[in-house]
Amino acid sequence: MTTRTLLQAINDGLHTVMKEDPSVLVFGEDVGVKGGVFLVTEGLQKEFGKERCFDTPLSEDGIVGAAIGMAMNGLKPVAEIQFQDFIFPAFDQIVSEAAKLRYRSGGQYTAPMVIRTPYGGGIQGGLYHSQSGEAYFCHTPGLKVVIPSTPHDAKGLLIASIEDPDPVLFLEPKALYRAVKGEVPEGHYTVDLTTLREARPGKDVVIFCYGAMVPVAMKAAELASENGIDCRVVDLRTLLPLDEEGVLEHAKAVGRVVVLHEAPRFCGYGGEISALIAENCIEYMEAPITRVAGFDTPFPNTLEHHYLPDHRRVLDAVERTYHF
Amino acid sequence: MSPNEPLRVIEPDGGVNGYDSRLTEDQLIHCYRTMVSVRVFDEICLKLQRSGRIAFSIPNKGVEATQIGAASVMKTSDWLFPSYRDFGMALYHGVTPLRMMQNMFGNAEDQAKGRQMPVHFSFEEPIRFYSISSPIGTHIPQSVGAAYAAKLRGEDTVCLTSFGDGGTSSMGFHSGLNFAGVWKAPVVFLCQNNGWAISCPVEEQTASEGFAIKARGYGMPGVLIDGNDLLAVRKATEEAVERARAGEGPTLIEALTFRMGGHSTSDDPTRYVPKDMVDYWAKRDPIERFEKYLEGVGLWSPEMGKALYDEVTEEIKEAARQAEKISSPALDTIFSDVYAEMPPHIRSQGQAAFDLARTRGDAEAGDGDFPL
Repeated sequence: MTTRTLLQAINDGLHTVMKEDPSVLVFGEDVGVKGGVFLVTEGLQKEFGKERCFDTPLSEDGIVGAAIGMAMNGLKPVAEIQFQDFIFPAFDQIVSEAAKLRYRSGGQYTAPMVIRTPYGGGIQGGLYHSQSGEAYFCHTPGLKVVIPSTPHDAKGLLIASIEDPDPVLFLEPKALYRAVKGEVPEGHYTVDLTTLREARPGKDVVIFCYGAMVPVAMKAAELASENGIDCRVVDLRTLLPLDEEGVLEHAKAVGRVVVLHEAPRFCGYGGEISALIAENCIEYMEAPITRVAGFDTPFPNTLEHHYLPDHRRVLDAVERTYHF
Repeated sequence: MSPNEPLRVIEPDGGVNGYDSRLTEDQLIHCYRTMVSVRVFDEICLKLQRSGRIAFSIPNKGVEATQIGAASVMKTSDWLFPSYRDFGMALYHGVTPLRMMQNMFGNAEDQAKGRQMPVHFSFEEPIRFYSISSPIGTHIPQSVGAAYAAKLRGEDTVCLTSFGDGGTSSMGFHSGLNFAGVWKAPVVFLCQNNGWAISCPVEEQTASEGFAIKARGYGMPGVLIDGNDLLAVRKATEEAVERARAGEGPTLIEALTFRMGGHSTSDDPTRYVPKDMVDYWAKRDPIERFEKYLEGVGLWSPEMGKALYDEVTEEIKEAARQAEKISSPALDTIFSDVYAEMPPHIRSQGQAAFDLARTRGDAEAGDGDFPL
């Protein structure tokens, strides 16, 4: 075990897999010599050479398109999109191609690959370096969508994603890259892509969240406990396919639900969690299911701390739910 | 020859100016037979579509020489990344008309399990004929990735990537050619300039004097050829494949040809293609051109042509008869192959669909017409 930041854990995960499996390739814009704009891929080119860790032309469509071709021809590409905000030129390749290839070819061709990309706010990145686009992708059968929130999970989920037989979009909460630290096992291990994680036990209100919102929920839970409200925090970590049974178990056990994400609320991922619970166990609910989300506006720059859900907004929702 | 003069091999009189295709007599006949098969397959599919037995088809009349000439250079260890107007490439390499007809009917034997529209073939043997996508140009960067993988492993595999004049406007054309140039990927890009992207003529697609010269901007050679001349297509593809196998990188070939039919069975080209253009190309039919060449080398006569046409027609009709007898794919094929392993939420949706079919009967098929 070593204490690592989330960023170091991802770097460690890439390093571990590249060392074990020569078919794993890491590429994208500025991932080589520079080691990525956040330095997630630092040192990989030096250790594994330019054939296995390299810079590409500035084209997200080309990066993902080429990754699909590599994947179907026996390599294990791990493509980086510099910011999730820049992924949209590749939307067609992800949604219409990678995600549908197994299905449309009757299983003859598949695209086992990982697209890593930093998402979310918190770095004063404005409109185009801050978005949380997970909902666009969670609407895509054939794709897996994973978001870690701890260094341990980041490495284990990443290795599981690289070894997965289906295409995985691996969204990295950039706000947590250096903000969270934790124990990370050495070498190879996986966190499977089918389960959520109970980040904090509690019996009064359950907060479902993922990625950069997990520490926000934890802080809100801490403050709520001072007021005698015992919050459970559940980190969904694999958004697609979702551990629906796990969500329902927690919802039934607690009976009061808050769903939290930083993406806009309308048609956001929280709506799916809310509907899942309402359709399957409304009779267990003691209060309306409450969503806390980013505003239905573009992401602002100067006032990003007002846009991003913080412990105040979560605490407010927790108290309303508890006292309903 | 001016720079804009396309490469030609077969002269109007059938002569070839000393070019040696290195094709045996059997191979030459196989090229001819495949071109005829493509045309007959189209004719039969058109009738099937008009009589309501299949929903849709994409005609290839006029572009057969481009498909077959290029495919004839490829080995079965190579990859074909086709457009939806390229199935002759698969036929050439031994995919049977029956396997194709299963797709046309979208039946239980279709390799894509009835999930795609007709003509969206996918085969992995005897050659990799990559699953066809309707969005234009998306396969271009994918082929570059597949080629890069082969190159990295030190294999001599080459990818033949085919698209139309409309495809050159796509994002995938730019990213694909750009990546291939930078990576020196072993790819042959075959632009089949057939004059029309559905109803849009080439001049509405680009202000460039042509497509072959675009290669220069990507750091690769560009070759303009007569796409209705099977041997010219073969010659240019041979040179491009040799370059690719030698590690010298990609080539862009622009084959000038003409789509003598509509974009699809839902399209009426008389609404937009000028009649004099149709007449001009009617005199340049690629199959007739190849017949003239074969006649010159003693391999073709009108009687031989008629006999082969009849034989191919019977074979493809029989394929259609057989495919029509096969039932639709089972309901569970909606839910399989989304992921390697079926997640619980898809399993429960599938179960609900089976239960509903049991208690309330099957869903009724719609009668919607496809507009494109």
